[in-house]
Amino acid sequence: MNDFVELFRGLDETTSTNAKLAALVHYFQQAPHEDIAHAIYFMSGNKLTPTVPTRVLRTAAMKASGIPEWLFEETYEWVGDLAETTAAIVDGKGVPVNSTLSDWIERTLQPIARSSGDQQVDMLIDAWSCLTSVQRFVMNKLITGSFRVGVSQKLLTRGISQWSKIPNETIAHRMMGRWEPSLASMNRLLNADARDSDISRPYPFCLAHPIAGDVMSLGAPSDYLAEWKWDGIRAQLVRRNNTTYLWSRGEESLQGGFPEIETASEVLTDGTVLDGEILAWTKDRPMTFADLQKRIQRKRVGPKLLRDCPVVFIAYDLLESNGEDLRSQPLAERRRLLDSVMQASIGCRDDASAGTLRVSPSVPADSWDELKALRSQARERGSEGLMLKRLDSPYGVGRITGFWWKWKLDPYSIDAVMLYAQRGHGRRATLFTDYTFGVWHEGSLVPFAKAYSGLTEEEIRVVDRWIRENTIDKFGPVHAVRPEMVMEIAFENVQPSTRHKSGIAVRFPRISRIRSDKTADQADTLDVLRNRIAAAPESITNHHTE
Amino acid sequence: MNAPPRFRRLLECTPRGLYCPAGDFYIDPWHPVDRAVITHAHSDHARWGSQSYLATDSCRALLLLRLGSNIQLETLAYGQSTKIGSARVSLHPAGHVLGSSQVRIEVDGAVAVVSGDYKRQADPTCESWEPVPCHLYVTESTFGLPVFRWQETDHVIGDVLQWWAKNRAEKRTSVLLAYAVGKSQRLIAEILNVAGKQAAADLYVHGALVGPNNAYRTTGVELPDLPSAASMPRDHDWSGALILAPPSAQNSPWLDRFRDASIAMASGWMAIRGTRRRRAMDRGFVLSDHADWNDLKCSIEESNPEELWVTHGFAKTLARYQTELGRPSIAIDTRFAGDDEEAKA
Repeated sequence: MNDFVELFRGLDETTSTNAKLAALVHYFQQAPHEDIAHAIYFMSGNKLTPTVPTRVLRTAAMKASGIPEWLFEETYEWVGDLAETTAAIVDGKGVPVNSTLSDWIERTLQPIARSSGDQQVDMLIDAWSCLTSVQRFVMNKLITGSFRVGVSQKLLTRGISQWSKIPNETIAHRMMGRWEPSLASMNRLLNADARDSDISRPYPFCLAHPIAGDVMSLGAPSDYLAEWKWDGIRAQLVRRNNTTYLWSRGEESLQGGFPEIETASEVLTDGTVLDGEILAWTKDRPMTFADLQKRIQRKRVGPKLLRDCPVVFIAYDLLESNGEDLRSQPLAERRRLLDSVMQASIGCRDDASAGTLRVSPSVPADSWDELKALRSQARERGSEGLMLKRLDSPYGVGRITGFWWKWKLDPYSIDAVMLYAQRGHGRRATLFTDYTFGVWHEGSLVPFAKAYSGLTEEEIRVVDRWIRENTIDKFGPVHAVRPEMVMEIAFENVQPSTRHKSGIAVRFPRISRIRSDKTADQADTLDVLRNRIAAAPESITNHHTE
Repeated sequence: MNAPPRFRRLLECTPRGLYCPAGDFYIDPWHPVDRAVITHAHSDHARWGSQSYLATDSCRALLLLRLGSNIQLETLAYGQSTKIGSARVSLHPAGHVLGSSQVRIEVDGAVAVVSGDYKRQADPTCESWEPVPCHLYVTESTFGLPVFRWQETDHVIGDVLQWWAKNRAEKRTSVLLAYAVGKSQRLIAEILNVAGKQAAADLYVHGALVGPNNAYRTTGVELPDLPSAASMPRDHDWSGALILAPPSAQNSPWLDRFRDASIAMASGWMAIRGTRRRRAMDRGFVLSDHADWNDLKCSIEESNPEELWVTHGFAKTLARYQTELGRPSIAIDTRFAGDDEEAKA
């Protein structure tokens, strides 16, 4: 377990990818396979089940340290992280433990997680007393299900590949889907036989970059396939062994949630894998993401919901046909095959009004100007903009630079006044980074959005200092500030909402810049936001896919 | 402000800082005054522009370095007392940095002690903190939250040496960021104590440390005369070297001379993961020249005042906690750097 804690520290304390990679490989080289299986499990974002409620951590930390509740809460508010606060506030007095990670999880963490009441509190205090502060921190993160370490799935895959000498793609493929922390998983992962046993597995998703500069810099438009960019669930449809498997980009199985897609895909031949997007769709346009979300939240879908929120699968790409991996073929060829496969199995044409399974229509144009004009109509079509994919591009793993581009519509923006501020989490735990903004309505400022990102570290420091000096009231962790700081807030969309005081809700709000040139009375009004509702579909939510 | 009448002749909070009416002097004032008593030479406590200054003998060299040699400065030995107006004033070791003191003020048998900044951990480069019993104690609270608990210095120095050895094995340069006055000298002395004097051959400093190092040596602290990195030839081989630098060097072009460097910082704030990560350090060593939660508690108990005033840091929190423990306490405002000044502590 010490080596895992050291691994965590090695990963946590550096921002260098190479140093992280070295720490991973070092850990894999010396840890038993059973431990590695658990390490992979947690580093992939999986949780201990059940998790220990944070309330229990609080109670145990107060009991062990003898610190009054108000002081504990103040300290927690300042530190910003419960696992860290509770780890630092108690003492370690007992005998240091040195068990393997899997033993520690099995004999210490799981029994704590499964117990309850006073017993759980006492077991927790006992376990803490045998650990150092950083060990307690890792333990608290694990048992509360909030263990996150700065390692992407891609980096983890690279680490395993470098250590095991098995190609990156093979490892990435074997890591898709659900990972059980067991020796069996490790054996599958490290199997010398390249034909993988688990037929349900999708391929790692190929992702696109946003276009940073001018689209003209991409070269000739004829080198690209242009498609509408949809805001749904990016998914792979895997048809093998007479069964359909649906996977989200987050590698979650979507099995059972979209029965109409599963049914429609029965006509596909075995050994077919499609990459595409699941969208709620009526008539000739997508419904809002909020509508789709109603479907995501249900594991079992009733007839009413099926009728109200029908879904479609729009195929972008063909990754496997007749059991053959097509990913290294150029996109133009894959696209040609996609059309012929769809034509052969369901008579589907490149036609947006087709059935539940359909091919994403290409957006033909001879010039960038023509595409720009088409892109400006995206909102009316319920799309976010265009996707541009090089026709000669292979289907890469992860966010490959230079092949696929997202060309989204410029976001809306508005000047708003900061009303409240709250401390952030993780790296920004001691700084005020979460702000609530308001716009003018009938002479007062109405809160309409919360925004977190978009400022540089330096700007955050300046704003943090300003907040400390301009706090006029406190509600728990929330500080009300003098309504004087104006910032430009960008967002993707605006829709009516009954859940928000302002009567509207904006999607993906973020700070684009500080408007120190403006005073509060020069900020925008609620009417400006309301006027923008016109172009958008009906309902709204704050969640998002990508 | 709301100083209770009992101690009014002894101490008062004013817009210029803590003031002793009986002696007509200020302690670490943040605006120019006629007479300033200075607890230590850090810039947030020793400010420019006052008519006359009083500090300890061992604070002299640092204070002159900071404020210029033409200031009107009087110094006292630790424990030596002097009469200012109707107040008897003496300075006692605070253990924070070289020459740092707690100011003891006695007026008509009532005693106030102003702690300045202090720590209780041993430090080979400065005098050790001593309890000074008093009726009114003014304590700092930079690390006045129960999450701050320092490890033994030896343990931290062991980690520093391990980090240095690992970098050396990888032919990398080690850059250790630490406050230029106090923390750096403490680190140099502790590192040489554990690693042996010969380790000094691979030690270098940033130019900002040369002056303070000289002031320490002038005052009689045993420190080697370490070369500044900038004074070395352009093609010097830095692999395996350890360079101490102030935190401001982190994003400066000065760093470019070391082709492959691991950057670490030694500060009490490194105890907090968020701070560590925000600073984008390769390593954070938790080493502070301030008292941690438990040491604040112990110091208050040993000074055993009837009343406690808490200054910069977590003043309100510590004051409330002490009040609940049965010791009347208030938080007072100061303009010391407090919790914004991550680098120093």
